[in-house]
Amino acid sequence: MTDNGRLTRWALRYTALLYLTCLLLLPIGVALVKTFDEGIGEVIDQITEPDAIHAFKMTLLTVAIAVPLNTVFGIACAHLMVRSNFKGKWLIGAFVDMPFAVSPVVIGLALILVYGTGGWFGADLAEVGIQVIFSTPGIVMAVIFVSLPFVAREVIPVLQEIGEDAEAAAETLGATGWQTFRKITLPAIRWGVSYGIVLTTARALGEFGAVTVVSGNITGETQTLPLYVSQQFDQFNSVGAYSASLVLAILALGTLLAMNLMRRGED
Amino acid sequence: MVTYLGLIVLIPLAAIVTKAFSDGWGTFWESVTSPQAVAALELTVTCSLIVVAINAVMGTLIAWVLVRDDFPGKAIVNSVIDLPFALPTIVASLTLLTLYGNDSPLGIHASYTRVAVVIALLFVTLPFVVRAVQPLLLSLDRDMESAAESLGASRGRIFWRIVFPNLVPGIAAGVALAFARALGEFGAVILISGNVPFKTEVASVFIRGKIESDNVIAASSVSVVLLVVSLVLLAFVNAVQKWGLRYDR
Repeated sequence: MTDNGRLTRWALRYTALLYLTCLLLLPIGVALVKTFDEGIGEVIDQITEPDAIHAFKMTLLTVAIAVPLNTVFGIACAHLMVRSNFKGKWLIGAFVDMPFAVSPVVIGLALILVYGTGGWFGADLAEVGIQVIFSTPGIVMAVIFVSLPFVAREVIPVLQEIGEDAEAAAETLGATGWQTFRKITLPAIRWGVSYGIVLTTARALGEFGAVTVVSGNITGETQTLPLYVSQQFDQFNSVGAYSASLVLAILALGTLLAMNLMRRGED
Repeated sequence: MVTYLGLIVLIPLAAIVTKAFSDGWGTFWESVTSPQAVAALELTVTCSLIVVAINAVMGTLIAWVLVRDDFPGKAIVNSVIDLPFALPTIVASLTLLTLYGNDSPLGIHASYTRVAVVIALLFVTLPFVVRAVQPLLLSLDRDMESAAESLGASRGRIFWRIVFPNLVPGIAAGVALAFARALGEFGAVILISGNVPFKTEVASVFIRGKIESDNVIAASSVSVVLLVVSLVLLAFVNAVQKWGLRYDR
């Protein structure tokens, strides 16, 4: 390679690395140092505060409900989009993608307008004793909304790529639709599904905007961990905010590792 | 399945549109053109455009380095790209504030300025262009480049005439997704921007303010504006993807 070419290569490499350092690594590194400013004992105290633990459990609960529902929906939706043909199919595709393009705050507002007091279904739901907004169901719905497209988006290209031959063969050999799906389709799309689940989980764990609007942010009740972080920050308890962030960051790191494993699995 | 989609996505979005126009066009127009709403929308669109332009250049550059270059630790750098998707936005906001805020160890005081909004948006949108361009670069046939080189084309010419046109669909799709994300971002911006009306208040923060002050029609109206822009972007992504696949079938 010419000297000129080598120079360009170096310049590009270090521009990329410098950019990533300033944008990602440096802020995270500095925040990490700041978290332990007052020692590890203080961090542990902050994480084990009852309100923090409650927020953590709340976050896990929403993930535990939203992720399985969105996984089933995502697979069904991808199957429908790739394997069937009907009028208005593109419309379903467009609506599945919507949550990617809509601001989380708008999503929260939309849910309030339908399920809140004075909303379209709010009064009827209140009559049967169900409170959605400012309560757990609202948070779960917000999280479901924002993390809806991930599984479908990951599975659709995989389904397109594997084609229908194996499925058709299974059917001619007398397999039922469910058998074909379980023994042929599902094993073929498993990496796509897993990757989608990881992305869904990441988004569900961290959702802030939509949940802020619908939850009412009641400490010890409807507060998820991201909301707890923001509240501690607003109350000038920066150690509390950084400590809870650390928990979220560790969860994010786990997700990141899972993403990488999935990607390797796909190859 | 349609019920699920309906209850969670369709009906709520329809409710927003209905609410925005519940007092007629006049009120909608008044809400959208109020000085504070206009300022918030302008700021959001301007910052998003800047962010997207930086992303188009840096995202392509990073993808190029990750595919064509080789250096120790490349695999780690490659996996770090996904961090903004994995890290909760409020944590992102807090970490950026630590480095670029008033207690910055580097002495950079960007918080409560428009620069802070841009930094926050750059953080959350980083993966879009990189991840859209990377597969295109990987699948690019390098014979064309060798042929051009043996015919005496300069490196710059090879990039602009052969490589770049092949990357355009990826860059465009990544840019559109990043733009949609930047328009609606809330969590990453909220701590670092200071949310000063007319200065650093983005559209999503404006909407939240209106919800909290119970001015739901104003909140819905500005939401409708964001929704329309997002829909146009989604249609654009789909068109670009179809255009990118035009020779495949």
